[in-house]
Amino acid sequence: MKHSRELKRPVSPQMAGLTRRALLARAVAAGSMAVIGTGFIAAPDAAWAVEVTVITPEQMATLVQMARDIYPHDRLADRFYAVAVKGYDDAAQQALVAEGVAALDAAAKAQGHANYVSIGWEDDRVKVLQAIESTPFFQTVRAGLVTGLYNQKEIWPLFGYEGESFSQGGYIERGFNDIDWL
Amino acid sequence: MVAKFDLNDDSVVVVIGTGAGGGVLSNELAQQGVKVVALEAGGRYLPEDYINDEWDSFAQLAWTDARTTSGSWRVARDFAGLPAWIVKAVGGTTTHWAGASIRFQDHEWKALTTYGKVEGANLLDWPIDAAEMAPWYEKAETKLGVTRTGDRAGLPGNNNFKVFEKGAKAVGYSEVHTGRMAINSRDYDDRMACQQTGFCFQGCKWGAKWSAAYTDIPRGEATGNLEVRERSHVARILHNDQGKVTGVEYFDKDGNLQMQKARIVCVAGNSFESPRLLLNSASSMFPNGLANSSGMVGKNYMRHTTGSVYAIFDKPVRMWRGTTMAGIMQDEARHDPSRGFVGGYELETLSLGLPFMAAFLNPGAWGRSFTTALDSYENMAGMWIVGEDMPQLTNGVTLSDTKDQFGLPVANVNFDDHPNDIAMRNHAYQRGIAIYEAVGATRTMPTTPYPSTHNLGTNRMSEKPEDGVVNKWGQSHDIANLFVSDGSQFTTGAAENPTLTIVALAIRQADHIAREMSAGNI
Ligand SMILES: Cc1cc2nc3c(=O)[nH]c(=O)nc-3n(C[C@H](O)[C@H](O)[C@H](O)COP(=O)(O)OP(=O)(O)OC[C@H]3O[C@@H](n4cnc5c(N)ncnc54)[C@H](O)[C@@H]3O)c2cc1C
Ligand code: SF4
Repeated sequence: MKHSRELKRPVSPQMAGLTRRALLARAVAAGSMAVIGTGFIAAPDAAWAVEVTVITPEQMATLVQMARDIYPHDRLADRFYAVAVKGYDDAAQQALVAEGVAALDAAAKAQGHANYVSIGWEDDRVKVLQAIESTPFFQTVRAGLVTGLYNQKEIWPLFGYEGESFSQGGYIERGFNDIDWL
Repeated sequence: MVAKFDLNDDSVVVVIGTGAGGGVLSNELAQQGVKVVALEAGGRYLPEDYINDEWDSFAQLAWTDARTTSGSWRVARDFAGLPAWIVKAVGGTTTHWAGASIRFQDHEWKALTTYGKVEGANLLDWPIDAAEMAPWYEKAETKLGVTRTGDRAGLPGNNNFKVFEKGAKAVGYSEVHTGRMAINSRDYDDRMACQQTGFCFQGCKWGAKWSAAYTDIPRGEATGNLEVRERSHVARILHNDQGKVTGVEYFDKDGNLQMQKARIVCVAGNSFESPRLLLNSASSMFPNGLANSSGMVGKNYMRHTTGSVYAIFDKPVRMWRGTTMAGIMQDEARHDPSRGFVGGYELETLSLGLPFMAAFLNPGAWGRSFTTALDSYENMAGMWIVGEDMPQLTNGVTLSDTKDQFGLPVANVNFDDHPNDIAMRNHAYQRGIAIYEAVGATRTMPTTPYPSTHNLGTNRMSEKPEDGVVNKWGQSHDIANLFVSDGSQFTTGAAENPTLTIVALAIRQADHIAREMSAGNI
């Protein structure tokens, strides 16, 4: 189960010559996670990785889970949510994230759980999110996802959305009126 | 040859803003030999610059300078700094607009007489009527190349329209068609036919949709009588001891304050910026702002009763393909108080791309109810409500405590729905839902209004000086050489999309100004 991911921080010597950014790009391109360096987090079953330099891997993992629980799309892989929240790995956001994640885990504890990411069912995590819904932390993360998630061109095909069309001559000859089931 | 006028040339007409009102007025004056300096806060973007991407286009074209909001409308909560979705660019919001171009119905020029007094509403009759406007509408339709007027054919219907049409007919509506659109169904006036690309709101890259940016503006410039100064933000309108306006102060593209003298000043900054400018121009002679002896500057703001209905079907629709506003149902546009409200509304198809759908379908919502709707984006159809809303004294623009990048107080926009607006919107939601259910919708979503795209009424036209800001020519009651030339002149909003009427009024006003200038009256 993705939400109960394990955090690992191994170092892989054969990858030492590559930058983390390149690795991340390769991992995304290959559709599978090859290696994890210091500062990366990933799940053994996940096809993504995200580098953290300021916030902790646990905080990033919490943000990714929170992002999915706010806008759950079962057909979207975790890496899209990771991309959407990776901007929080920033000195200017560090306090917001630290306090926010702590408040989220406290809300989880108050509802009888160990912490947020360890909760098994989405419904139960949603109840915890509802408890902090009015906080600036929640509102900031949610609002940021509206563009951070849905403006990733890579996800558009999964919703059927075709994006830019001018370069292809519009839809005048590509099905603007092709509906056949009415 | 593009003109260049001296800052001290006090024979020019200064037009502030180059959108539907100001852009057309500038060209029409220039065509008649009048010298015009048009000052536009935004930059110049042409079809090759437009971007088929909702957020990138928004960043390129939208007015994102500070504004503040108050009142009970939901926009004030969800988009506190963005009360309107309008453009800051040469051509104004005619770059964004969808092109729906319909005339007012005759009775809508006389809202007070037709509807009677409505409690809480500040209704008034326009000082002009349908007969007066008919020839100007015809000129406007010819300029814009409006389909289904003159001998111009309608556009073909896209998937979104086909769903809408079938549903509307199934529930008994008959006035359903692909609209009267300022979008070419075939090549017209040096602009090509619509290629059904589906990014009408992002600027038409084919130039198939009329926009002042690539029609009236360059044509006006070609006369040698029009100078457009882009990235020039007007801060204040100046006047002399006789109470005549003498020019304007503006911040040029480098942020330097300049002063342009003028014989006449025409304000066309859209319904937030126009009253803001008049209020920011207050002086010891006019302590409440220019042209404001009635106290009506900034009041009576209207935004149309809007809202959307999106529906999900068990099979794909792909509503984003083709024209964004692809058709209309007009049966509910009539005035029929038996429905529980005065005035009427139109239903028009609308589509948003996935990024904007995520932002506007239910702002602030999260969780599965929201995301399962987006999961079915491909199977969605959409329509937009546009109906007459009530002018109210308490709705409108005042100066905010917040300052913009030039240190000028920004517009605060206050808005509360009138009970008539709410009754109309609920009726329209129900009819919209019925239309989609008639063709098998599995889920329908009555969607809250977006930040305002139609902004009207804040410098309204009135017969009597005490009821409004301008007379039937858009000339201010107080100052003979100060005009209002945009949608803020609207006395009432009618059920129709406003731009055709703004353009018709601008053509008519240009004719009037040119005549009065040569007669030596102004
Ligand atoms: C997405 C969208 C779709 C629409 N679709 C339709 C439609 O289908 N049919 C329809 O009829 N209408 C439609 N509209 C509305 C239409 O675009 C507006 O009604 C119309 O453009 C308003 O004209 P205007 O002259 O009042 O203002 P605008 O066209 O907004 O022009 C005002 C200009 O003034 C400039 N300005 C403001 N303040 C200053 C200042 N101080 N100094 C210098 N310049 C300044 C602005 O930058 C702007 O360029 C749509 C609008 C939007 C946003
Ligand atoms: S659908 Fe037609 S009018 Fe709209 S942007 Fe495309 S070509 Fe232009």
